[in-house]
Amino acid sequence: MKAIAASAAFITRRLAQALLVMLAILVIAFAVRSALGDPLREIVGEAVPEAEREALRHQLGLDAPWPVQLAHYLAGAAHGDLGTSLIYKRPTLEVVLAKFPASFELVLGASLIVLLLSVPAGIYCAVRPRALGARLILGFSVLGISVPVFLTGIFLITIFSVWLGWLPAFGRGATLRIGYWETGLLTLDGLKHLVLPALTLSSIMLPLFIRLVRGAMLDELGHDYVRTARAKGARPLRVWLAHALRNALIPLVAVGGLQVGTLIAYTLLTETVFQWPGMGFLFLEAVTRSDIPLITTYLVAVGFLFVVVNTLVDVASLALDPRISLEGMR
Amino acid sequence: MSEEAASGPARGVLGYALENPGASLAAILLASIGLAVLAPFIAPYNPFDLSSLDVLDAELPPWWKEASDPRFLLGTDAQGRDLLSAILYGTRISLTVGVLAVAIQAAIGVPLGLLAGYRGGAIDSFVTRAADIQLSLSTLMMAIIALALFRAGLGGDALSRYAVPLLVVVIGLAEWPYFARTARAATQVEAAKDYVRAGRALGLSRIGIVRRHILPNIQSPLIVVATTQVAGAIMAEAALSFLGLGMPVTKPSLGTLIRSGYDLIFAGAWWVTVIPGLVLIVLLVSVNVLGDALRDALNPRVQRP
Repeated sequence: MKAIAASAAFITRRLAQALLVMLAILVIAFAVRSALGDPLREIVGEAVPEAEREALRHQLGLDAPWPVQLAHYLAGAAHGDLGTSLIYKRPTLEVVLAKFPASFELVLGASLIVLLLSVPAGIYCAVRPRALGARLILGFSVLGISVPVFLTGIFLITIFSVWLGWLPAFGRGATLRIGYWETGLLTLDGLKHLVLPALTLSSIMLPLFIRLVRGAMLDELGHDYVRTARAKGARPLRVWLAHALRNALIPLVAVGGLQVGTLIAYTLLTETVFQWPGMGFLFLEAVTRSDIPLITTYLVAVGFLFVVVNTLVDVASLALDPRISLEGMR
Repeated sequence: MSEEAASGPARGVLGYALENPGASLAAILLASIGLAVLAPFIAPYNPFDLSSLDVLDAELPPWWKEASDPRFLLGTDAQGRDLLSAILYGTRISLTVGVLAVAIQAAIGVPLGLLAGYRGGAIDSFVTRAADIQLSLSTLMMAIIALALFRAGLGGDALSRYAVPLLVVVIGLAEWPYFARTARAATQVEAAKDYVRAGRALGLSRIGIVRRHILPNIQSPLIVVATTQVAGAIMAEAALSFLGLGMPVTKPSLGTLIRSGYDLIFAGAWWVTVIPGLVLIVLLVSVNVLGDALRDALNPRVQRP
């Protein structure tokens, strides 16, 4: 009972922190907007005479002191209004969210590859550290860390698209629309388009996760409970998977969660190489064309993702390891 | 004590190099790529001299292909620029940005780490916390955002003009925590040793002890961090330039060369982007291998066979 109350308090406090961080991100976005962009340009364009601009500026409250404008911006943000895109002439949040499914499916594909490969590879390297295979995997992971993600993409395109002609090199291919969500996962063409980008994005995360799984497993295998499990005659596979891996996952979730910012940066690079129509690709388009409202909205969206993932990771760690709730409370 | 520390690592590095062909190979590769610093003297052409370019020379293949031209060993890019010269100059820019950025990282991180490690207490927890926060934000993402805002606010021209100092400062500011962490941990170990206590008993000033006695003794781990950080900085510069947020096409780094050759892959001229890419990878791998080798060679606790 006490533990549940403590957990609830922990989650509440974590949510309050998340809200505060979100507020800070919005204030920064507002500052960037005021410093770099002229909101009037979003609305009327360049052609309106100066006198008329002044009148409009007053009418819209753009000559008000900045705290008033900030309050206005925050009130708008609370209703999902973060401005209008200069390129698309539509609400920026709508434009950014329309690109979210593409980025999400790319990250999903890459995460699946990472998960399916890194867990077995990491376990293997931990339980057979001297085997040739384990050394090869670790050697490959050193090489993998040294190859920039955009080069992996370029090499894959050169080999599989240009030389062999097996897989498409850019775009999402055919997509299906289910309500708001535009998915490429349900058509063969969409899946074919996903293969190379997802492989590219996974290539940069894979070495890190193999090392993480290996390190965490090595740690767990040294514990007494593993020896006890072996002593009572449990099969090795069961000891590795049911006992050690379960505990090894705790640090993995925590460290994996810390990587979300890096993951966003690598997704941006991958989307650029494959002209994948996701949020990162949109962001770079907004940067080249100085669409300040769209840029700040992307930053707010990315900040929101960052906060959500970090909060989820904390709550997940709590669920995975009940000790955290008792020790880390104060 | 200090004499031992000075001759030990030097002998260790040499001995290690003799026993480890991999590390020696990395060092040799690195040295040959390092020749790119002399690009203006050894490059066959000046890639910045637009008057020497001829569009008729565009997209020539490297020497092993049939249609190659003996004047251009590695072929040419879309403007007819000699790829070998462009790569030499580009490597020079990549190395410059990488080394200068790491110098800034060290200039911020090492003093903070020394301070935190030696003084402890509130200063220590402040520096540690600041380093944790900075690292959790992902340095590459922060650099992308900073340069993107600069470009969106002041335009692409301003970005190309100030690209080198901007890249150096952005990459330099982003990764100081690695130096701070290493310096802090090493200082904590050193500060508990007798020679530091003796210095204090002799009435030496705090700054004197830290600068003249602790700093020389924590050089080894700092050198190792610096090596891996140079690889990281070169990679970050390449990524930023590839995104169009770094070096301009008129003054290309390796990342810019990869970006500008990228469209030609589909026209069949893959070498324009793949060759600079391979140079970048060899550069990064050899710096990383060298960093690992230095870590083992300078660490007295590792038993060498």
